[in-house]
Amino acid sequence: MGDAWIALSLTLKVAGWATALNLLMGVGVGFAMARLRFPGRDLLDALLTLPMVMPPTVLGYYLLVLIGSQGVIGAWLLQHFGIRLIFTWQAAVIAATIVSFPLVFKAARAAFETVDPQLEDAARTLGSGEWAVFFRVSLPLAWRGILAGLLLAFARALGEFGATLMVAGSIRGKTQTLSIAVYEAVQAGQDDTANFLVAVTSITCIAVLLSAGRLVPGRVAARA
Amino acid sequence: MPAPPVWDVRLRRQLRQADSRFDLDLAFSSDAARVVLFGPSGAGKTQALRLIAGIARPDDGRVAVVGRVLYDRAAGVSLSAPQRRLATMFQDYALFPHLTVRQNVAYAVQPGWRNPSRRLRDPKAESWIERFGLQPVAEHYPHQLSGGQRQRTALARALVTEPAALLLDEPFAALDRGLRRQLRAELLQLQQALHLPMLLITHDEEDLEVLAEQVVELSAGKRVLRDPADARAAMLR
Repeated sequence: MGDAWIALSLTLKVAGWATALNLLMGVGVGFAMARLRFPGRDLLDALLTLPMVMPPTVLGYYLLVLIGSQGVIGAWLLQHFGIRLIFTWQAAVIAATIVSFPLVFKAARAAFETVDPQLEDAARTLGSGEWAVFFRVSLPLAWRGILAGLLLAFARALGEFGATLMVAGSIRGKTQTLSIAVYEAVQAGQDDTANFLVAVTSITCIAVLLSAGRLVPGRVAARA
Repeated sequence: MPAPPVWDVRLRRQLRQADSRFDLDLAFSSDAARVVLFGPSGAGKTQALRLIAGIARPDDGRVAVVGRVLYDRAAGVSLSAPQRRLATMFQDYALFPHLTVRQNVAYAVQPGWRNPSRRLRDPKAESWIERFGLQPVAEHYPHQLSGGQRQRTALARALVTEPAALLLDEPFAALDRGLRRQLRAELLQLQQALHLPMLLITHDEEDLEVLAEQVVELSAGKRVLRDPADARAAMLR
């Protein structure tokens, strides 16, 4: 059963990195989309939302084309830095990040759009530059909605299967995440292992949801 | 050399609204400490204030307050809003809902990317809180305040910055009549005590009567300069 714990810690590591990356990218892009007006904005919004509606295997295929050893970026990395991304846990992070990105980006955009721009103007007249306005006014007021998006993204990253399998494979102890381990155990007829993995996964998800419920309303009630 | 005028404003900007498009064209030069920009809603008053405050960008013009040039298209000068040191009070006060009264007032005291802590006791902020009688509600959040308390908090927050001038957008519109009269008198006293140039936007004739030394009337973006008595007479017609 030791393998299950390795799979669990790998899964948490991958989902954690994916969520951290999405905190930066999703919040940044969400803020830009909420505040900037430029031609092609709607098209860009649709493109950024695509990973949410496309089958993960299709995304995985696109990723192979990009970061595979023969891929556009993959070949370049291999040639200049000797880095092989494919079939590593980092590839699993890339897959999980892209799949869960729209959840953070959409939530962040919606949250920033509810912030009254006049509050940002008030901060400017009180001496704040653009970064200060963002960290002192926009972000604190949008934080609740962003956090909700981040939790959904973390949950989505935990359960990611299709794209991960295509770019990271299923190497036990190296790239085999919980959801892939469950699939392999069932395929191999190892019911005990499958039961145990499913129980670990379920408990992890419940723990995440509970701690999320504890985290969110308390912070907001203090400020509202 | 003669002293520069208190207000020297020349601004032009094309505005687009839902169904129309017009040129906001505002120019006045005045030595009055209290100028009231007066006109019906939709005349571009709030836009004019945003242009002066540096929140919005004019197409052309020049703005100088007590000789300090804040914007000059021809000379390529355009100070950002934070650099202009014009305290601005917005129509619905724009208090930060996630900060207490004390944190709101102390906002400008603390530079950088972090808001003042709830425990911060800054002497400057505290003196304004005291002056406006806000101590009992200092730990409250904006949604817990009365209209008058909100207005005083917004004013205190603006004055902590030791501004070069005070811009006010319909400062009494959200209040009931009795309170309006009281706060109007308070504002007048305050302006006289601080010798702070003040530009006030309104469509309320009583604001003119009590507060205006000079009236700039704005109708559909064009301005007409009058003295207060004429403006009142024109309105009553």
